[in-house]
Amino acid sequence: MFQLIMNASLLIVSISTIIFIYRVIKGPTTPDRVVALDAIGINLVAITAILSVVLNTSAFLEVILLIGILAFIGTIAFSKYLEKGVIIDHDNDNN
Amino acid sequence: MITTIISIITAVLIFAGALLTLVASIGVLRLPDVYTRSHAASKSATLGIMFILLGACLYFFQKEGIFNSRLILAIAFIFLTSPVAGQLIIRSAYNRNIPMTDMTIRDDLKTAKMKSTDLE
Repeated sequence: MFQLIMNASLLIVSISTIIFIYRVIKGPTTPDRVVALDAIGINLVAITAILSVVLNTSAFLEVILLIGILAFIGTIAFSKYLEKGVIIDHDNDNN
Repeated sequence: MITTIISIITAVLIFAGALLTLVASIGVLRLPDVYTRSHAASKSATLGIMFILLGACLYFFQKEGIFNSRLILAIAFIFLTSPVAGQLIIRSAYNRNIPMTDMTIRDDLKTAKMKSTDLE
C-alpha cells in the first residue's frame, strides 16, 4: 500500500512536470518560460525525494540540496539578464 | 504500532505534496498572464515540495532513527529561495513591460512610478 502511494505520487509529479514542459514550449514570453523552468527544477527535487523513498536509500539526499541551489542560481541569472542585459556587471561603470 | 503511524503520516504528506504540485502546474497551464502564473507556481510548488521533503524526512527518521540534516536544510533553503526567485523574475518581467491580462483593473506600481518621474 505504501509503495503504491509512493508510485502514484511519482506519477502525479511526472504529469505536473509534463504540463510545465508544455508551458516552456508554448509560453508566449520569456519570463513565462523562466517561471516554468524554475518550477521544473522544484519538481526535480520532489522526484528525487520520492525516488529515494521508493528505492529505500539515503544516498541521493545531497542531490536534493544541489538541484535546489542550482535552480535558484539559474533563475537569478536569467532574471538579471532579462532586466539589465548583463549578468555580472563591472564596478565603476556608471554610464 | 508507531511504525505504522509514521508510515501513514509519511504517505499522506507525500501524496498531499504531489497533489499540490499538480495544482501548481494546472495553474501555470490555465491562468492568463505571466504574473498570475508565477503566483500559482511559486506558492503552490513551494508548499508541495515542503510537504514532500517533510514526508521523506519522516520516512528516513523511521528507518534510521535520526532526522536527516540534509533534508531539513533543503526544506529551509527552498522555503527561503523559491519566493525570492519568483519575485525577481516577475520584477524583471514588469520592467520589460510584459503586458498584463485584459482583466487587470488596477496597477499601483505604474502610478507610483509616474509620480516619482514627475517629481524629478
